[in-house]
Amino acid sequence: MSIGHYLVLSGLLFSVGAAGVFLRRNLITLLLSVEIMLNAVNLAFVAFGRQLGTVDGQIITFFVMTVAAAEAAVGLALVIGLFRHRESLNPEAFTSLKW
Amino acid sequence: MLALIPLLPFAGFLVNATIGSRLSKAVSGGLATAVMVVSFLIAALQVNALFGMAPESRQITQTLFTWITSGDFSLDLAFRLDALSAVMVLVITGIGSLIHIYSTSYMHEETDPEYARYFSYLNLFVSFMLVLVLGSNVLVMFVGWEGVGLCSYLLIGYYYEKKSASDAANKAFIVNRIGDYAFILGSLLMVVTVGSLDFVTIAQTVKTMPAEVGFGALSLITLLLFIGATGKSAQIPLYVWLPDAMEGPTPVSALIHAATMVTAGVYMIGRNAVLFEHAPITLGIVAVVGAATALLAGTIGLVQNDIKRVLAYSTVSQLGYMFLAMGVGAFGAGIFHLFTHAFFKALLFLGSGAVIHALHGEQDIRRMGGLSKHLPITYWTFLVGSVAIAGVPPLAGFFSKDEILFETFRHGHTILWVVGVLTSLLTATYMFRLVFLTFHGEERFAMANGGHAPAHGQAAAHGHAADDHGHGGHGGGHLHDAPPAMATALIALAIGSIVAGWIGIPHALGGHNGLGTWLEPAFTASNCGAPVTSGELAGFAIENCAPGTEPALASFTQTAEQVQPGAGPAEEAHDAPAGEEHDEVALERTLMGVSTLIAFTGIGLAFFLWQKNRHIPEQLARQFSGVHQLLLNKYYVDEVYDAAIVQPIKVVSTEGLWKVIDVKVIDGVVNGAGYVVGGLSAGLRLLQTGSVKSYAAGTFLGAVSILAYYFWR
Repeated sequence: MSIGHYLVLSGLLFSVGAAGVFLRRNLITLLLSVEIMLNAVNLAFVAFGRQLGTVDGQIITFFVMTVAAAEAAVGLALVIGLFRHRESLNPEAFTSLKW
Repeated sequence: MLALIPLLPFAGFLVNATIGSRLSKAVSGGLATAVMVVSFLIAALQVNALFGMAPESRQITQTLFTWITSGDFSLDLAFRLDALSAVMVLVITGIGSLIHIYSTSYMHEETDPEYARYFSYLNLFVSFMLVLVLGSNVLVMFVGWEGVGLCSYLLIGYYYEKKSASDAANKAFIVNRIGDYAFILGSLLMVVTVGSLDFVTIAQTVKTMPAEVGFGALSLITLLLFIGATGKSAQIPLYVWLPDAMEGPTPVSALIHAATMVTAGVYMIGRNAVLFEHAPITLGIVAVVGAATALLAGTIGLVQNDIKRVLAYSTVSQLGYMFLAMGVGAFGAGIFHLFTHAFFKALLFLGSGAVIHALHGEQDIRRMGGLSKHLPITYWTFLVGSVAIAGVPPLAGFFSKDEILFETFRHGHTILWVVGVLTSLLTATYMFRLVFLTFHGEERFAMANGGHAPAHGQAAAHGHAADDHGHGGHGGGHLHDAPPAMATALIALAIGSIVAGWIGIPHALGGHNGLGTWLEPAFTASNCGAPVTSGELAGFAIENCAPGTEPALASFTQTAEQVQPGAGPAEEAHDAPAGEEHDEVALERTLMGVSTLIAFTGIGLAFFLWQKNRHIPEQLARQFSGVHQLLLNKYYVDEVYDAAIVQPIKVVSTEGLWKVIDVKVIDGVVNGAGYVVGGLSAGLRLLQTGSVKSYAAGTFLGAVSILAYYFWR
């Protein structure tokens, strides 16, 4: 298993996540897609860390996971707030935050 | 110690300007006068210290701090007392003190706050004037220069509720701005060319340069400075403000518009004597302008009917004399005349003030006459001043005016000399016309002919504090002579007008020309070891080094019989030893004889025309009504300026600058900028949809394009 395989998988996961963010019309799915993208990046970090024989990749992965957890908590709280407000989870329903 | 001289009057200004309105007249006036007297005493002490020094190193400098440092250019806020500024400081503080004393009485009819305002302005003026003369570099001088302009404005417009007074103040201020603008340009050019603004450094630097043959940088600098001087010192073409400045209280006219501020231009040229010596073209212009102004103002003064305006034109004329002296390179003579003129012109103004005061604001000499028996002190002191200005020996005006005329003649400017002599005749004539019309002849003022009312109406019209205070003997037509404070100042100045000339008695009369010798180092950058060779400048040759040329005369002086200054010029013409200096002395004595003759001719003419045969002037006026009208209307200079400068500026400002440039161009640019930004914003606003997904898409595309750029770069 060369690093290429890991990177291809990472790229695929990232694309899946990005596609999810752009295509799905559900805020919770959007959050999930973001998590997939983050994990794709994590995978790339770990792969590089192993390739270079350092622990840096693993350390930064833990950072990303921590931040992702916090982000998920805040994001879900916002989603609940938004749902209570508009009875909808469609992001297109929340476009009033502009000039 | 030096800084105290201007700071004391400034402290007086601060007190009177802040809490003055709550002080009684005795306190505010007394304080203002006291700071002046103390300032005079300090100045006298400092000048006394100056006396103790060697002539070549006579200067006291006090540096307060470094004001500006920029690259290798640096400028100190510093005061310097040397031979030249010593003369000025003594004149300003000395005569200033006398005028303050006079003012305490002259202004007593004002209310307390107005009284304090007057004295605060007067103190502020003296403070700035002292900064002007004590400043060790051009910039410090300029601070004083602008300051006195401001105070002049404030004091001319002292009766600001009167339209003519505030107009006159504006006129003085605006005309002075023109000169000051040229002064700034000259100073900046000086920084570029000479690299310094310190007077001593300038003189030392310029001294090493050869005198300019054509019209170069030095000529331009000096010409610009001279334009500044024409504004401040009321010379052609900027003299028009001074006659109007007579709207101010009379002591102000005496202090600012006769003795001190208007001589600032003369002082400035004297201060930069070395610089001006190196610009012969400018010096020529100075001399011609001075002589022309002297003659022009003298002729106008001959027909004016306002007592103060006659004196104002006389001042312009005498200032012209000073510039003539400066222009022919006789700097000492110019400063000498400045010194003596300060005494007798201040005296004449204060005397006219006493007359106006007694007549409750009457200024028209056609409604005076016969005042000599009512106002004996005023009359006699005024007469002394008139005799002094007319140039009758041995009074002050004779020596200084004669030195100017002699130097003019000696330097070969025969035409200018003739103009000077003619002006001298005019001076004697118009001054004694004033004396005869005011103090002699029948009484033409309303008060004596019964009824106080007409004079009162006049007082109101002239804004001179329409006074209801009880002048005991109104009914009997009794006039008050100058009260004690005013009389003190008048008598002190009268004594000054008699003796002031004696410090500069020329060698030809057995004197030592003490003032000239005293001033010499100040005009030659204090170093006579290496005099500048300006001899090749035909017609403008200047004796740069007094010790080099004067010893011959000095030794002659010792052998010559010591004569009283009062002795006639012809008396000792036989004692002169043979030799070249003999010719010079003989020439000087001849010229003195001529000018004395001229003075008496002028007085006699005035006596003949306005005392003995009053109908002749009227006949002449009718016969030459064109000339008379021309003179009465001051050559229509104000009208010409109005038509040639003021109206075009008004039209251009209204029709061009206001209605086109301002409304269309400037407003258009500002509004246009607003419209453009508004339009662009309306377009950009479309990008903000509020949709999270479009923002995410934007971010994503952005990131991808940046990566793509680095990837395929």
